[in-house]
Amino acid sequence: VCFLTDGMDCSISFVSHVLGKVCIHGRQKEILSVLVPRLTDLTKSDCIWQRICWRLVECVPDRWMEAVVLGFVQRAPGADVLSRLLGNLVVKNKKAQFVVTQKVLLLQYSHTTAVLQNLLGYLSLDSLRRALLIKVLQELLETWGSSSAVKHSPPEQQQYISKAILICLSHLKEPEIESCRQELLTSMMEGVKCHLDSNLPQIRRLGMIVAESISSKINTDGPVLKFEYEEDDEARELKSLLVQTQPSCVGPSLPDDDRSEKAAAALPLLLESDKKSQTAAPGMPDEESDAELDSDDDLIPYDMSEDKELKTKAPVYIRDCIEVLMGSEDVDKWEATVKALESLIRKNPAATREVSVELAKVLLHLEEKTCIEGFVELRQRAQVAVLTTDPVPVAKYLTSQFYSLNYSLRQRVDILDVLVLAAQELSYPKSHGKTKHSSAQKPCIQVIPESDSPKDWRRVVDERIKSKTRRFATGQRQVELASSPNAFSSVAGHFFFPLIQHFDRPLTTFDLLGEDHFVLGRLVHTLAVLMYLAVNTVAVAAMGKALLEFVWALRFHTDSYVRQGLLSCVSSVLLSVPAERLLEDMTEELLETQSWLGDVVEKDPDGECRRLALQTLLLMENLKKKLEAVPS
Amino acid sequence: MALPPPDPQFVLRGTSAAVHTLHFSCAGQEPDVPILFSGSENGFIHVWNLKTHRVDMGLDGHGRKSVYCVETMGGKDRLLSQGRDQRICLWDLAEGRTSVTDSVFTENVGFCRCSLLKVAQGRWLMAMAAKALEEVQVLELPSKTSVCTLKPEVGAKLGMPMCLKLWQLNCGSQPLLLAGYEDGSVVLWNLSMGKALSQLVCHQEPVMSLDFDSEKAKGISGSSEKVLSIWSLNEQQNLQVYKIHKLVNPGISDITIRPDKKILATAGWDHRIRIFGWKKLKPLAVLDYHTATVHCVSFSDHKNPSERLLAAGSKDHRISIWSIYTQT
Repeated sequence: VCFLTDGMDCSISFVSHVLGKVCIHGRQKEILSVLVPRLTDLTKSDCIWQRICWRLVECVPDRWMEAVVLGFVQRAPGADVLSRLLGNLVVKNKKAQFVVTQKVLLLQYSHTTAVLQNLLGYLSLDSLRRALLIKVLQELLETWGSSSAVKHSPPEQQQYISKAILICLSHLKEPEIESCRQELLTSMMEGVKCHLDSNLPQIRRLGMIVAESISSKINTDGPVLKFEYEEDDEARELKSLLVQTQPSCVGPSLPDDDRSEKAAAALPLLLESDKKSQTAAPGMPDEESDAELDSDDDLIPYDMSEDKELKTKAPVYIRDCIEVLMGSEDVDKWEATVKALESLIRKNPAATREVSVELAKVLLHLEEKTCIEGFVELRQRAQVAVLTTDPVPVAKYLTSQFYSLNYSLRQRVDILDVLVLAAQELSYPKSHGKTKHSSAQKPCIQVIPESDSPKDWRRVVDERIKSKTRRFATGQRQVELASSPNAFSSVAGHFFFPLIQHFDRPLTTFDLLGEDHFVLGRLVHTLAVLMYLAVNTVAVAAMGKALLEFVWALRFHTDSYVRQGLLSCVSSVLLSVPAERLLEDMTEELLETQSWLGDVVEKDPDGECRRLALQTLLLMENLKKKLEAVPS
Repeated sequence: MALPPPDPQFVLRGTSAAVHTLHFSCAGQEPDVPILFSGSENGFIHVWNLKTHRVDMGLDGHGRKSVYCVETMGGKDRLLSQGRDQRICLWDLAEGRTSVTDSVFTENVGFCRCSLLKVAQGRWLMAMAAKALEEVQVLELPSKTSVCTLKPEVGAKLGMPMCLKLWQLNCGSQPLLLAGYEDGSVVLWNLSMGKALSQLVCHQEPVMSLDFDSEKAKGISGSSEKVLSIWSLNEQQNLQVYKIHKLVNPGISDITIRPDKKILATAGWDHRIRIFGWKKLKPLAVLDYHTATVHCVSFSDHKNPSERLLAAGSKDHRISIWSIYTQT
């Protein structure tokens, strides 16, 4: 494609038409890959070419405008280039404005960060366009802050919007921030609330990062909002969007800058303290060489072998431990008791069984009195130990407390975690030595517990099968896994059914179906794991039926974390309940569930849910094939 | 084969409260009985007869507030005691009297023990923590006139003075003050000019106690951490760290060097008394008798070396008396 040169008055509209037609037919890449670089070069210094280029795009008919503009935005190597190429198109042409400010940002989310940078940079480069930038920011914030958007839009879209917000913020200048400070503040507050309410850690983190950025922009002096979250590549990438490489923009305090500043500040401090310690410790053992007349030699030392570190001893009896934990003022003893408790419980099962419920009660209410390392884990391991030593009464106690008044969310989630860990321990054969702790031991709220997807369970099941086959293959060399009765089978029902019982009965401080959907999510995941671990137990069929009904009641829950849990529940039912029982007892439920799963695969906004549903459907198919393969 | 550590020679019971301070007065001639003064948390000062091992007198002068320092001023008839009622009392104990002759209102609510130094016949210098947070005041007794007030410079952030020691190289020379502070530093003060001569950061934690050997110009300090710090004073009156000794358990409440400068004793929070040789800080013995933290240790001033005793007072209400290394 060649162009006319030498400032002749020519009409470019024909070329625009051609361009538009080509783009709308989907050939954006080909034509623009040639066009854009040439135009970039030509317009670099030549004003006439710039004007030609602007005329070119302005003349593209409206119905093809979107394709052309989108193509340019995607291909332009930088915001300034885009500005040269498009000029003030967005101001002059309504369609272009719609595409740039609404469609790309709010209705689509497949574009890369570079595209966003281009687009928003382009908006910021001209004073006419800056008004659009502010408008765009306001709309983005409105979307970001709306609770229904947070709940229903896919995480990818939310990330896209967050990125756009951050880039906009980076382009804003002081006077503009001044003028819309109040709005920024209100939308930030609302938005943060919705984001933190979500169950998915990714959404929460997005909310935190954006809120921090907004807060740092509007309060440049004075305390700034600071959240604690895991810094990983995604977070760093998002934060890096806050700064622009162009010197014209207001430079915010880069996280990198902060770090280097802090490092620089730390260095002089280190040097100072080094100097200080030097003055404090000069002339050391020089003196030793001055052998003084040593009349100390005739002082014979006594035996000092008994001189050891003073350690407070933990009590040796479980009942003493309970006393210490309940009311002792002696903090050293309390600490020693907490540390020693788990091993004491495991070594004295008979003594523990006598006081198991009391001990469980004390542990559930145990607060951290002094700062012990790993307190939460110590308490959890002690609770698991009590539960495995005396499963039935303690499980009864814990599940009843789960639905009682006046417990904190942390305690309720603790109960769930402890039940799962104990169930795991009980259901594995004893000769495995230490129970295989999966990575979910951390009771940290951020981490979603257990690899709940059927794929991972598949792996575990496969591993088990593999270990059995290996035994046959290598004969005597492999130590035989001693088989012992599944200790979980007698108590599985006690763990499981009370948890399902009251989920729809709201209490004053605890409403599973209402605000406390976080706990509901954890409960659902717990039930899935318990179901899975109940394989080969007697109660499994009854559990499966009850669980499918439970899932059916909750299947339209708005929270995606809950839905993921429900899908894992279905998979674990399919994996645990023997196929014949499934067919006999639960045919209707299975059919209904199958149709629901199909629905989820197609329509659910959350990617994880869709994946889980798909796997569950595959499981069902496999099951069906297996049953059909068996000659009846 | 090292011998096992000795047992206490005897144990004094009867204070019914934690013992915070001890002071011997055994230098008198016959028929004077060797005496041990002890100050307890219930405000009583007990005068122990070391021959009968019983309390001869009980002095109640601090309104049942804890007594944390007792010193004699030239013999057992004049006693000085410091208590948590913010008073320093001077007692006249001659001929069986038990009266407070004078008192100084310190307005200080800390725990810093005062330090006495005899400068001339009948004249004493006493250093004590003053009302303001970081200040030390030096009074002349018995006139109670203020000699000087030692203020650290602004921004020094030393914290409270924790322990004091007045000393002079020999009779007639300049009295100097060593003060250990809350931030872990020891400062040498010149009293006539009221200025600090040298400051040394010995510890990371507050200096709990210190003692100084003016002949060797060497001192030792203990704190709440696991080290003992030995420092020396050079000719330019500068403090320098000489050695650090690591302990098994953290926390030292009291350190004292025996008058013959051969050994020293430390009172530990780990219920143990440790004996070290002073020359090279060689650990000599660990005396493990008490069942709670030992608050104070004190050596006796017997004229006859073989009768010398070491006393330790502890939170478990007992005072243990030891006879150790008396042959040198």
